Amino acid sequence: MARRKLEEINAGSMADIAFLLLIFFLVTTTMESNYGIRRKLPPITPPDNTDQPVIKKRNVLEININGRDQMLIEGNLAKDSEVKDITEKFITNNGKDPKSSDNPQKAVIQIKHTRETTYKKYISVYNELLAAYNELRDKYAKKKFGKAFDDLNEKQQKEVKDYYPQKIAESVPK
Amino acid sequence: MGKFSKKKDGGTPAISTASLPDIVFMLLFFFMVATVMRDNSMKVGIKLPSADQIKKIEKKGLVSFVYVGKPIPQYQAKFGKEPRIQINDAFADAKDVGPAFLAFKATKRQEEKPLLITSIKADKDVGMGIITDIKEELRKVNALKVNYSTNKGGVEKNQ
Repeated sequence: MARRKLEEINAGSMADIAFLLLIFFLVTTTMESNYGIRRKLPPITPPDNTDQPVIKKRNVLEININGRDQMLIEGNLAKDSEVKDITEKFITNNGKDPKSSDNPQKAVIQIKHTRETTYKKYISVYNELLAAYNELRDKYAKKKFGKAFDDLNEKQQKEVKDYYPQKIAESVPK
Repeated sequence: MGKFSKKKDGGTPAISTASLPDIVFMLLFFFMVATVMRDNSMKVGIKLPSADQIKKIEKKGLVSFVYVGKPIPQYQAKFGKEPRIQINDAFADAKDVGPAFLAFKATKRQEEKPLLITSIKADKDVGMGIITDIKEELRKVNALKVNYSTNKGGVEKNQ
């Protein structure tokens, strides 16, 4: 008895099926970027809490942004690209300049903006501030532990963070 | 002439499409791995600002999103062109941000509750007023971990 030779299954429509699936995934999914600047908001202080810490004026770097995205740092007009250098200089002053900070632990940065200031300006300035802090922390970590900040263990990171605490204050615009 | 006509008679063999499914499957798998399911239909248009001092959100399940931007054209007749807040699938006001966060928190397990992050996805041209309102509402419900969603890139792209 001669066995009938098996015929090959036609796979020509396989491509169509795969295309269909592909298009389904193209339509229903997104390439989402899940990156962002992580911040912790300050907790609400009870209204009866009046004993606010006194901060000397020299330890505050005042950044003012108006409704037209123009920025004053300590009263001087500044561009986005200058924020990082100014901040680093301010934090690492260590009492040299009588108008600048006493030491990195006391340095506070205050951002004031209006309701009309654009989000992108705020993010830009914030990003530059974080860049300044990250660079300083990295430098300190390299000097002290010989490693980048991200490679340190938790205890070492805390030590670096205590040396360069991120004190960024934001005021609520009226 | 003889040679020429002979070639014409033979005809070119058809290109084999047997590997086409493989190629398409490869593409398919790439998209399945590289993308995530769209969970909200966007009612506001958002162009994120750029920043480079950024962190990646690891656990997407612990993140609630607040979108801010101009309503897309089909909603502009009803909601105007001013930037609005979108939570989940609907337009909302700043005062809805707090309750929405609490509702999200209620669905999570006890040990996950301190880890929740609120991600603000705002268009780069919205005013800080609306962002400040959201931040104040979040502070009121003790949702202090926020993430300003941005694209990867230098801030000079924000101009």
